[in-house]
Amino acid sequence: MITADRFESLELRNVGRSFGGQDALSGLDLTVRAGEFIALLGPSGCGKSTALNCLAGLLPLTHGEILMDGRRVDTLPSEKRGFGMVFQSYALFPHLTVERNVAFGLQMRRLPRAEVAQRVREAIALVKLEEHAKKLPGQLSGGQQQRVAIARAVVLRPSLVLMDEPLSNLDAKLRLDMRTEIRRLHQSLGLTTVYVTHDQEEALSLADRLVVLRDGRVQQVGTPDALYEAPASWYVADFMGYRNILPAEVVSVTAGEATVAVGGVRLTGRVVGTVAAGDRARVAVRPDDLSVVEAGDVVDGNSLTGTVSVVEYHGRELAVSVQAPDGTLLHLRAPKAPAVGATVTLTARAQRVLVFPESPEPALATTGAGTGASEQAVAI
Amino acid sequence: MTAVGSRSTASLRHRLAERGVDVSLLFLLPALLLIVGLFVYPFSYGIGLTFQPSALVQERWGGGVLANYVAFFSDPFVFDSVGITMRLALPAALFNVLASVPVALVLRRKFRGKRLVTSILVLPITLGTVLTAQGLLIFAGRQGWLNRFLLEAGIVDEPLRLVNNYTGVMFSLIITGFPFAFLLISSYLSGIDPSLDAAARTLGAGWWQRFRRVTLPLLAPGLATTFILTFVLAFSVFPSARLVGDAMGETRVMSLMAFRAFGEQNDYQMASTIALMMGVIELGVVALVLLWRSLLYKGSTGGKG
Repeated sequence: MITADRFESLELRNVGRSFGGQDALSGLDLTVRAGEFIALLGPSGCGKSTALNCLAGLLPLTHGEILMDGRRVDTLPSEKRGFGMVFQSYALFPHLTVERNVAFGLQMRRLPRAEVAQRVREAIALVKLEEHAKKLPGQLSGGQQQRVAIARAVVLRPSLVLMDEPLSNLDAKLRLDMRTEIRRLHQSLGLTTVYVTHDQEEALSLADRLVVLRDGRVQQVGTPDALYEAPASWYVADFMGYRNILPAEVVSVTAGEATVAVGGVRLTGRVVGTVAAGDRARVAVRPDDLSVVEAGDVVDGNSLTGTVSVVEYHGRELAVSVQAPDGTLLHLRAPKAPAVGATVTLTARAQRVLVFPESPEPALATTGAGTGASEQAVAI
Repeated sequence: MTAVGSRSTASLRHRLAERGVDVSLLFLLPALLLIVGLFVYPFSYGIGLTFQPSALVQERWGGGVLANYVAFFSDPFVFDSVGITMRLALPAALFNVLASVPVALVLRRKFRGKRLVTSILVLPITLGTVLTAQGLLIFAGRQGWLNRFLLEAGIVDEPLRLVNNYTGVMFSLIITGFPFAFLLISSYLSGIDPSLDAAARTLGAGWWQRFRRVTLPLLAPGLATTFILTFVLAFSVFPSARLVGDAMGETRVMSLMAFRAFGEQNDYQMASTIALMMGVIELGVVALVLLWRSLLYKGSTGGKG
């Protein structure tokens, strides 16, 4: 049976990588516990693949260190680390059959022939590719190739499996199937996994913990529900399904709630972080939390008006886009279709409206970037 | 597609176009005319000539219409040139291909000055054979810079014989053939997805295993093709065999023999026979290499298999 080589913890300390003076990744601190599924989430260029390649040993670090149970591993060459890696392009050896692709790593370890055959058979059975064992990768579909890549990585019983956007080359339906498959493999084998993706849904559904990256820096680390319910910045909120993120100016702040001006209207919402009256801020609302109401039924005084511009059928619900008078598009979900062109009133509960400071990290905020009024800041 | 029996309603023009027959085929015409006029006709004429041996050859070697071929195989002076040519072309082609592989592998990486190194390696391709021969004579001849330096430095007692012999021609074949092989192999190598190498690394393969088990098998068909092309180039060596070689001795290659028959003996028929045999031998080697190549994996070398 395939089981993972055990370790207690993998620690990344202040890991950084720069390319010709440009920081692709900096100050990554993360402790991965055995058996955990970690997702690195962010848009392209955020440093998530760099982090993975640093872990794999395919890129040398320029800062920091990686420790496994206290032993440094970042100084080991890739081939000595014993981590399994699944590549976005699958990177299967095109001239070797499925079987021999899976056997490759075992043969490199000079294991006895019988053991290699046995473990290859198990791994191929695990990804349900028995009848394709003798085929070349070119004769398989994308999903099958991806399963071979996974089998090839897990057959080594690696202490850590690294996955670099493994599903991004698959079509939507297959992606869902493979997602479940990866989750199943992780649960049954207990493999510690670091998974890179730009797809929040993938990250939320697979990972035990998420690391959101932006411009090479960590924005937030936490469990899926922690990030989903309490994003630390508007940037993370953007990734967690807050499709409506509007620039705003803080009017007043009282006990955890702030009233802000957004394109001529006032909204009240829950403050995340530190804002003060006069600050520039961003307001984030999920499409699910915005609803179309009669003008009299507005809750918490939050009232937005606009013209319905697009209605998309999404099965049980409809996705509606409403254009506010200042041109901003608001996205919401509605159980029944408003007429396109109609003027509607939208509302959202103050608890479901998040107010973030414009600049999430005080350290990164450039002085005087339009926040002149914040000199007389009223901290909350 | 039309089912058999049911009549297509498409016009004849459309149906022909579907099979690739349309006006654009006329673009092939100039090339076809050139090929027929400049290759097919003279080539057939040449083959015809080989079966019309001169009276002299017929009298000396017998064999009727096949006298030229009898002469080719029986006259040691002519037949030995096959071995002489092989002894030059095979090692030269092999060296050019094998030496290109490590160089191309190193130059695949990114480093400062890579462009300069590549340019220097490829530069000789722009020199003609005659220029190369001239350079070799000046540099490596008895009175050349190299020998003068070696003599004055006291490293050798008498000048090394580096030109006007086998070594000279070999140098010339490598100087002109290597850039060619290097360029071809570089392009074959760049067709191999670099993530395969990364994958092999994460699977625990050291550099030799990665080369042996991944790069080499994927590169082998390219090596075969490159070998064929450099071999054919080297096999038809003529100017350097004459200029930096020993034209009537060590480097009496087939093309020189053909030239001798044509230029000195005015025997077009024999010259054609030798030229034809050159072609036959080259084809034989090419066929052998292609046969070996057909046993190799030749599919895609990209990441998605």
